[in-house]
Amino acid sequence: MSFLANSPMLRLALSPQHLLRTMSMGTKSIWLHKLRSFLTALGVVFGVASVVAMLAIGEGASHEAQEQIRKLGSQNIILQSVKPSDSAGGTNETRSMVIDYGITARDIMQIKQTVPGISIVVPSRFINDMVWNFDRKEDSQIVGALPIYPEMRHRRLVGGRFFTEMELSERLPVCVLNESLAAKLFPLNTPMGKAVRVRGNYYHVIGIIEDEGRAADSTGSSGPSNATTTQMLIPFSTLMDQYGETFFRFRSGGFEAEKVEYHEAVIRVKELNQVMSRADAVKHVINTNHKKDDWRIIVPIELLRQAERTKEIFSIVLGSIAAISLLVGGIGIMNIMLASVTERTREIGIRRALGAKQSDIVVQFLVETIILSGAGGVMGVLLGLAIPTAISHFAGVTTVIQPWAPTLAFSISVFTGIAFGIYPARRAAMMNPVEALRHE
Amino acid sequence: MSLPRAPHHGIGEPIISLRDIRKSYQMGDITSHVLQGLSLDIYPGEYVCIMGPSGCGKSTLLNLLGCLDQPTTGDYILGGQNVAHLDDDTLSAERCRKLGFIFQSYNLIQQLSVVENIEVPMYYRGMKDSDMRVIAVRLATQVGLSHRLYHRPTELSGGQQQRVAIARALANDPLVILADEATGNLDSKSGQEILEAFDELNRQGKTLVFVTHDERMVQRCTRVIRLRDGYLDKDEPGAAAERRKTERAERELQTA
Repeated sequence: MSFLANSPMLRLALSPQHLLRTMSMGTKSIWLHKLRSFLTALGVVFGVASVVAMLAIGEGASHEAQEQIRKLGSQNIILQSVKPSDSAGGTNETRSMVIDYGITARDIMQIKQTVPGISIVVPSRFINDMVWNFDRKEDSQIVGALPIYPEMRHRRLVGGRFFTEMELSERLPVCVLNESLAAKLFPLNTPMGKAVRVRGNYYHVIGIIEDEGRAADSTGSSGPSNATTTQMLIPFSTLMDQYGETFFRFRSGGFEAEKVEYHEAVIRVKELNQVMSRADAVKHVINTNHKKDDWRIIVPIELLRQAERTKEIFSIVLGSIAAISLLVGGIGIMNIMLASVTERTREIGIRRALGAKQSDIVVQFLVETIILSGAGGVMGVLLGLAIPTAISHFAGVTTVIQPWAPTLAFSISVFTGIAFGIYPARRAAMMNPVEALRHE
Repeated sequence: MSLPRAPHHGIGEPIISLRDIRKSYQMGDITSHVLQGLSLDIYPGEYVCIMGPSGCGKSTLLNLLGCLDQPTTGDYILGGQNVAHLDDDTLSAERCRKLGFIFQSYNLIQQLSVVENIEVPMYYRGMKDSDMRVIAVRLATQVGLSHRLYHRPTELSGGQQQRVAIARALANDPLVILADEATGNLDSKSGQEILEAFDELNRQGKTLVFVTHDERMVQRCTRVIRLRDGYLDKDEPGAAAERRKTERAERELQTA
């Protein structure tokens, strides 16, 4: 392609003003065959639309899961108490049994003592109870936590502050509401500085924390981590004072009681690359202590890796489909451009006779191809943006359109134009002017 | 080889000089020698008709003169530069600046309007958009198409199309205008108009080199070159040679 390397020539052909002129000329030629051009561009339209739509769907599928998993903390191992399934069946029958299950202080002690490389272990307890603000009430999860809880679980305080070590050791009746609970109990004003009531005890609201992620659900859970769970966080010691070790609750005629020491414990591993091996050690420790299947372990980093692997495979599959459709579109364009070059042989001859260089002809046809594929790209992006929106709307699937996705898809369409346009353009430029002029 | 030099009716140094031009084509095993040692000078202001039976090499000669093709051997000096063996890009630039083309079948670009067609040579010369438009409109007016500026070629008659082609050939103010059977596709009335337009151009000093069969053109030109079998057969003054000479002398007298 020696004539393309001849830069001063190309510079003239590519000067902004000339390019504009060439583009308007190319548009005219394309406009001359409206239907044909539209059908040609259609191949690219669908290719680009599929790229945009598939990226949006793929991103949507993985985005939410990844985000939630990341919130759990990549250096954390989360232990949760699970109501054993066999005894759960028993409760339905009698409703008076005290169920004793879950992570115990002994488990935590042993983990601390036997598993190396662990920096912090933070246990917490959940109680479901009614939280009141005058006559407004909300069935909520009351979490007994330690002051380090927000940092461990990567939960941001929206307002106020979290409770302190002092408040923990003094067993003070202070609480932090999550956003959902705050919105439900105090729909019109801020709960900060006010008090909420649980079973006749008043708690001073000192802060508001963002809602918990839903990621733990990926393993299937009973409820402590639903996205819309309303939560009230109080110092662990205060919870112990109020409820003791066994929790009774009247519910639909009967009452239920459960004895759970810890509902959840978050273990932080010092080194990121040790998380998996430490998780195995923790599993081993608890396995020896528990005969019942009353606990489970969540390793966020493992979930994250799985999610990333899934996404990778997904991306490869979607990417190949999109690439194939763009290839087909590109071939369609090349086909039409070759036909167009043959059809316009005489025009090429005239232009050459009037002083057009080979590079001028290359630029002319290339610009035409790029306009065609670029127009297809724009239409494709619009269609591609519409498809995920429609899917979200009708199928309820989350889709995420990354800002770079339409840009990428459009660039690919332009690139397709260049890749498949260069051969026809070259063929046009290489024609012998005398022969071309003689062409009927 | 002695050069049969006819008294020319142009002025000054030749703008076209052919020196022993040969052109042969390889067709399978057979080599056909189309031009076999042609030498020729054309001076500014001449109106030259190249004639001859078909197959005598006139089209090949015109293609060579138009820098669309290159001689196998020999030299072609166009406006002081030897263009016989230049590379494609330089040759394109030479065509663009020094030559104007008029074809039998007009050869306008169908998707462009009258002015845009006239602008094409200037565009390839790298002229600014606004300048191009001014010149194109002036040229269109000059050939009597001021009322058809934005029409497509398909909306024009043959005579009008050929006038657009003339305007286009003039766009870059070339040294020579080359034409191939310019009146061949026209009825006698439009042909007459076009011939008068050429007369006018020649009167203004433009150099015209036409390949033609049209006897009316012979009556109007200043020099007739007849080819036969790739050789220069005859080179003689045209019917208008004396007339043009007188006109020029009169003009010189007036200006003096």
